[in-house]
Amino acid sequence: MLEGKRLLVTGLITEQSLAFGVAKLAQEHGAQVVLTGFGRMSLVERIAKRLPAPAPVVELDVTDAEQLGSLADRVKEHTDGLDGVLHSIAYAPPSALGGGFLTAPWEDVATALHVSAYSFKSLAMATLPLLSPGAGIVGMDFDATQAWPVYDWMGVSKAALESTCRYLARDLGPKGVRVNLVAAGPVRTMAAKSIPGFEAFEEAWTSRAPLGWSLTDSEPVAKACLALMSDWFPATTGEIVHVDGGFHAVGV
Amino acid sequence: MTREEIREGLAEILEEVAGVNPEEALEEKSFTDDLDVDSLSMVEVVVAAEERFEVKIPDDEVQNLKTVGDAVSFIETARA
Ligand SMILES: NC(=O)c1ccc[n+]([C@@H]2O[C@H](COP(=O)([O-])OP(=O)(O)OC[C@H]3O[C@@H](n4cnc5c(N)ncnc54)[C@H](O)[C@@H]3O)[C@@H](O)[C@H]2O)c1
Repeated sequence: MLEGKRLLVTGLITEQSLAFGVAKLAQEHGAQVVLTGFGRMSLVERIAKRLPAPAPVVELDVTDAEQLGSLADRVKEHTDGLDGVLHSIAYAPPSALGGGFLTAPWEDVATALHVSAYSFKSLAMATLPLLSPGAGIVGMDFDATQAWPVYDWMGVSKAALESTCRYLARDLGPKGVRVNLVAAGPVRTMAAKSIPGFEAFEEAWTSRAPLGWSLTDSEPVAKACLALMSDWFPATTGEIVHVDGGFHAVGV
Repeated sequence: MTREEIREGLAEILEEVAGVNPEEALEEKSFTDDLDVDSLSMVEVVVAAEERFEVKIPDDEVQNLKTVGDAVSFIETARA
């Protein structure tokens, strides 16, 4: 399904990262993968070595205008173009997560929105020069239609991400670029474990999702991301695909 | 590999990954409280240790490794 596809995968930091699952499955299905890493580049390089095939790593802090500006050129050293881009990036300062909704200062909220929502647009624009017609950009969402326990300003950031996805779809559609989100259920990654009270999601999902839910297997999420980047969703953009065991569809 | 050799290997990793003075990396020292290893550095220490000692340190196990000695013991048992 992905033979010959050239993909840029952001957000890999541990073997549990949703991005690791995507990069691994992509390589297993014949895609060529270039990674971006943030901050701890030595760790990203070490984890990249655990993928089935070698993958070059370029540095990208999505809040750094200079790095965004040079991204296309730096990626071009490894591939002549891109057919898919994965945005798997989110961050909220501790004050904005885990119960501080009413007290988190704007500076921290602004950081959460910058890294977790605005960056979807930044990454899309930074990679646009490399994108081939029909290319798919996919972001990682957590259903933002309701208020959750402890998710706080990250929840608001996800609502912004969902809206950003629709506006990107509007503006990039005429260029033949598709933009979609995968709304994943809870998986035990670094980002998830840094949310105090994350257990509430774990319990709710494993007991309520109609299809059941694994907290440690990110392959279903990876499959959906890659399907959306592939040629098999040619007329789908601005969409949110839930990969959550069906949790969003049912009540108590 | 002896306990001391494992500890020395860990001390090298701690120096490389987290800038810890190797003379400080003694068995009784706590990663977070004594050696100031933050959570992301700890992840990298674990990954580097897995490669160097050819062991698998499961994600759930990492929270139990509070001190250098805890890590040495885990690696020693895992290699046995
Ligand atoms: N794990 C879950 O339960 C879950 C559920 C739904 C959605 N998601 C989303 O999936 C995405 C990936 O998270 P994950 O769960 O794999 O955790 P993770 O901790 O493995 O990945 C988060 C990534 O964001 C990167 N990042 C943070 N700040 C950055 C910056 N300024 N520039 C570039 N990269 C930056 C980190 O380096 C890291 O690689 C996030 O958008 C997250 O909200 C996760």
